[in-house]
Amino acid sequence: MTTPTELPEDSEKAAGGRRSWLREHSELGVCVLLLALGVLVLTDALTMDVDITQRGPVGPKTVPVVVGIGLLVIAALLAVDVLRGGRGEAEGGEDIDLSEPADWRTVLLLSGIFLGAAALIEPAGFPVAGALLFWGAAFALGSRRVDRDPLIAAVLSLITYVVFDQLLGVPLPGGPLMGVL
Amino acid sequence: MNALNSLMDGFGTALTPLNLLWAALGVLLGTAIGVLPGIGPAMAVALLLPVTYGLDPVAAFIMFAGIYYGAMFGGSTTSILLNTPGESAAVVAAMEGNPMAKAGRGAQALAAAAIGHFAGGMIGTILLVALAPTVADLAVDIGAPDYFAIMVLAFIAVTSVLGSSRIRGLASLLIGLTIGLVGLDQMTGQQRLTFGSLQLADGVDVVIVAVGLFAIGEALWVAAHLRRGAAEPIPVGRPWLGRDDVRRTWKSWLRGPFIGFPFGAIPAGGAEIPTFLSYVAEKRLSKHKDEWGKGAIEGVAGPESAASASAAGTLVSMLTLGLPTTAVAAVMLAAFQQYGIQPGPLLFEREPELVWGLIASLFVGMVLLLALNLPLAPVWAKLLRIPRPYLYAGIMSFAAVGAYAVGGEVVDLVILLVIGLIGFGMRRYGLPVLPAVIGVILGPNAEQQLRRALQISDGGVTGLVNTPFAVTVYAVIVLLLVWPLVKRLVIRGRTRADA
Repeated sequence: MTTPTELPEDSEKAAGGRRSWLREHSELGVCVLLLALGVLVLTDALTMDVDITQRGPVGPKTVPVVVGIGLLVIAALLAVDVLRGGRGEAEGGEDIDLSEPADWRTVLLLSGIFLGAAALIEPAGFPVAGALLFWGAAFALGSRRVDRDPLIAAVLSLITYVVFDQLLGVPLPGGPLMGVL
Repeated sequence: MNALNSLMDGFGTALTPLNLLWAALGVLLGTAIGVLPGIGPAMAVALLLPVTYGLDPVAAFIMFAGIYYGAMFGGSTTSILLNTPGESAAVVAAMEGNPMAKAGRGAQALAAAAIGHFAGGMIGTILLVALAPTVADLAVDIGAPDYFAIMVLAFIAVTSVLGSSRIRGLASLLIGLTIGLVGLDQMTGQQRLTFGSLQLADGVDVVIVAVGLFAIGEALWVAAHLRRGAAEPIPVGRPWLGRDDVRRTWKSWLRGPFIGFPFGAIPAGGAEIPTFLSYVAEKRLSKHKDEWGKGAIEGVAGPESAASASAAGTLVSMLTLGLPTTAVAAVMLAAFQQYGIQPGPLLFEREPELVWGLIASLFVGMVLLLALNLPLAPVWAKLLRIPRPYLYAGIMSFAAVGAYAVGGEVVDLVILLVIGLIGFGMRRYGLPVLPAVIGVILGPNAEQQLRRALQISDGGVTGLVNTPFAVTVYAVIVLLLVWPLVKRLVIRGRTRADA
């Protein structure tokens, strides 16, 4: 992937410096997102046409405008805090090891598997989609027992389906498989 | 004595065989899920919400009460046997409990915790019975401006009392308020932030927000930083206490609730502060000071009892004012809204069967908790060995069930994932999750009360502060806001005086 390019040493260093500065200040991304959210809320509020008869002096616009302005202000305040060296503390936990860098591949893989299962739930039914979700997620998280994992996934998914659909009265789609059984 | 009669009626509701079954099921499920490492009470309750969807409200909340206490007890088991508490309230349980387990006294530590939960829960719930109707009576006349003031207090408290950074707390609250805006305006039917989408017009269901932020967000966050080689839990036998231990702990069990209960009722972070205060108090009063840090049993008994009583205190403000003071209470409030029930002073008048059934089943749940958990402790301890990939895969699957069950729509699963990713980002950058959940749940309500109050006063801002109650609440808010500044000035003054 990396083609050897003959860069002057100091510009390479400067690029590296900028990159590490950005990495250290990646929290500024949160400010950008808050800013964008604020703009979105404000635009939505201000483009509302409120010709529906308004009950009371405060219409449906007021609170969104306040929230939108709040988002803009907080984005600015957070940016100032970050530039001054403030850092949001990443959350710890029982199974969390913060000493190693974040494993983005797993997060993306999990999200993808989740979306895939969501797409399958209606055509294939919950027992199948749920089993695939469990197996896929366990696989993404590092479990490689090809003999055991699918079996556990299938059993758990089936139990969940039966308990919810039959015992607790929470309907879940059975899919063609349940139609056959 | 009206409360006692109502409570008896409540027992009549709670002690029917079917409702007893729901309570027992709730306790078992709550403990099982709460014991699982990485799952705190809030996530346990959020994940188990869909279990109650098919039930009528009374049965659902009876089961819920069991889940709540079970999950809290389960969390302390994890702390004692694994020494890696997932949530701040369980930190204290690990401080003395884990050294005890390491020294081979795990069974005694678990027994002290279980009985502590029982004692704290019992005393706390008795206080709840004594206080809640009075609070509800006092609050029954409060109007829109008062409600609005209470909600502002909840917003301010949750952002400035908890967490280390007010800015980040506020950012989280605003994110929650924004999510709460999505959908049709309740008073005019105006579409807000729906972008013309029919699905978004219904708004984003609070259950999906809670499950997304607590469960999916946590699972993704753990996935990014999964510890290779999880910590080994300490094996444990059936919990029991010797006579010496009982002699040392009974006072701690009785002291804990009086520290825990008041803190639970105010928006000050739930069990976190009282467990710590109880720990300090027990340490000071202990006759065995040399044992502290190496496994002093009072250090488990007192704080656990305080934690359990604070849960009862939480219910006072949740049921009588509709004010959630902890993440679990926020999720419970979401559950009430699911059934179209609005907790508040009128709840005791309108839904006496539900409220008193719920309170009575708190007592029932506590007895069941003690009866089931002492013998079952070795089984719960085995749950700690669950391979982490299965654990988090299970959380994601169950979260999917919960979100789908809300409305039977696939779109909800996509929203769930998006909110989960927001929760992931919030954990990465230290934005606390609770303010966002409170914002989603209370935001729309607060807006309605604000508009109603201003409607009455015809737009005059004085309409927000024209009752003594509202003025008092705003005074408390000002105190909360000014306190850190004052503290800083005092410290500065003191250092100057020293220099």
